[in-house]
Amino acid sequence: MSVLGDFLVRAGLAGLGVAVAAGPLGCFVVWRRMAYFGDATAHAALLGVTLAIALELPVALGVAIAALAMALTVSAATGRTYAMDTMLGVASHGALAVGLVSVSFLTGVRVDLMGYLFGDILAVTRTDLAVIWGGAAAVIALLVWRWGRLILSTLNADLAAAAGVDADRERLILTVALAILVAVALKVVGVLLITAMLIVPAAAARAFARTPEAMALHAVGIGAGAALAGLAGSWRFDTPTGPSMVVAAMLALVAANLGAAAVRRRKPG
Amino acid sequence: MSAADAPLIEARGLGFVRGGQPILARVDFRIGAGEIVTVVGPNGSGKSSLLRLLIGAERADAGAVIRRPGLRIGYVPQRLAIDHTMPMTVNRFLALAEADAGARRAALMRVGAQGLGDRQMIDLSGGQFQRALLAQALLRRPDVLVLDEAAQGLDQPGVGRFYRLIEELRSELGCAVLMVSHDLHVVMAASDRVICLNGHVCCEGAPTVVSAAPEYRALFGLGTQGALALYRHEHDHAHGHGDGLDAGFGEVPGAAGRERAPDDAAHRGHGRQRSGA
Repeated sequence: MSVLGDFLVRAGLAGLGVAVAAGPLGCFVVWRRMAYFGDATAHAALLGVTLAIALELPVALGVAIAALAMALTVSAATGRTYAMDTMLGVASHGALAVGLVSVSFLTGVRVDLMGYLFGDILAVTRTDLAVIWGGAAAVIALLVWRWGRLILSTLNADLAAAAGVDADRERLILTVALAILVAVALKVVGVLLITAMLIVPAAAARAFARTPEAMALHAVGIGAGAALAGLAGSWRFDTPTGPSMVVAAMLALVAANLGAAAVRRRKPG
Repeated sequence: MSAADAPLIEARGLGFVRGGQPILARVDFRIGAGEIVTVVGPNGSGKSSLLRLLIGAERADAGAVIRRPGLRIGYVPQRLAIDHTMPMTVNRFLALAEADAGARRAALMRVGAQGLGDRQMIDLSGGQFQRALLAQALLRRPDVLVLDEAAQGLDQPGVGRFYRLIEELRSELGCAVLMVSHDLHVVMAASDRVICLNGHVCCEGAPTVVSAAPEYRALFGLGTQGALALYRHEHDHAHGHGDGLDAGFGEVPGAAGRERAPDDAAHRGHGRQRSGA
């Protein structure tokens, strides 16, 4: 019983760690319309896994490097020859395909592909937990440190410039935070659903928030609730855990919007 | 204005290219403390680009912009598209200027937007929105207030009220004002100096000097003769005659459109020759 409790506790803590970092970062992804960009960055993670195994690096480090390299390449290349969404589509699906192909070149190592694609939260170790919470703390620290400047440059680059804020530097900060989050969330929800954990809680939080800060805090709460509810649901119904968390977040999104619509209707006038 | 004062912003030989097209060439600029400088020019003349270079939102392809160290800029953009996914009350927006609640209330009061603090920015009307932007610029305690077509989208009386407010604020705060506009008759009234821009500085000086300059006439046509007369009129009597202003202003765009082309070509050729040398 205690062993059972132990791995469930670790899974719960891992899910909470991702939710805490993904809440505020996901708000920026929503505000800046970076969902597709997030996808491209996350999909590079698989290539990072191959890289890490081939070079005998820690997996999280390889993933963060690959995600950052992808994000920087995509930012530098957008708008040159193709439209933004074509470019992101190529990068996103290309990275996934190259990642899947690259994994097959690894010899002598058995790679749990499904685990990387959909997450394997029930297999989270103490070391994984340290990586997840360390990464989440780094993301939160980055965002808190730059918060005012990030909000200003997200609102309007010219307004930021007039206030002495370099919008390009702030975008780089967000890109680094995103790469760290991809490395953190890989074990929990997997490559394919990382973007969902970013944007679904943030989008659900929009329904009730009146300020950017309130939206970020609500997103943390909704993400944390979804992580725990998804874990409980997957235990109860024997469903895959990462996808169950995303389903829980989706239900929160629908409920939040129905609730907000009901509140609006009840208001007089 | 003492000549000994270091300029707030100074630019020398600015060149700016976008998508292979030269937008600005060899532009010199300076604005001193407390000065009101207005940049006028037809659409596509590089007015907004010049402003964005001066506030540091773009990097020049040639020349340099020097801002006085520690310069505080209050910027009111042409428009600010707030994504509807981002919740933002007026109060929170003003707090971006690092101002406390009392200062925010006072600033809203000063621009005539009291009581709007709890409203969402995206729910404001055009006029209310511009006032909120202006309040935000004021809260930065600016050395220079930079306005990019800030009255665009306001109706004719609204434009007049807006610029009167700018004049009042300038004398209260003692800040310089740099603005871009094509509301010639309104903005020129209060300017110390007018810069007529069309990819390069066509002419520059006091409003009366500029409006008499052949380069200015060529850009804006003879219609401005009427506008200037009205400007003088308006200046003499605080209560301008709305009908007359509209009629006088109505002539300008058509005349400018007809007479711009040959002059424009000549100037551009001229500019290219020089920049090649």
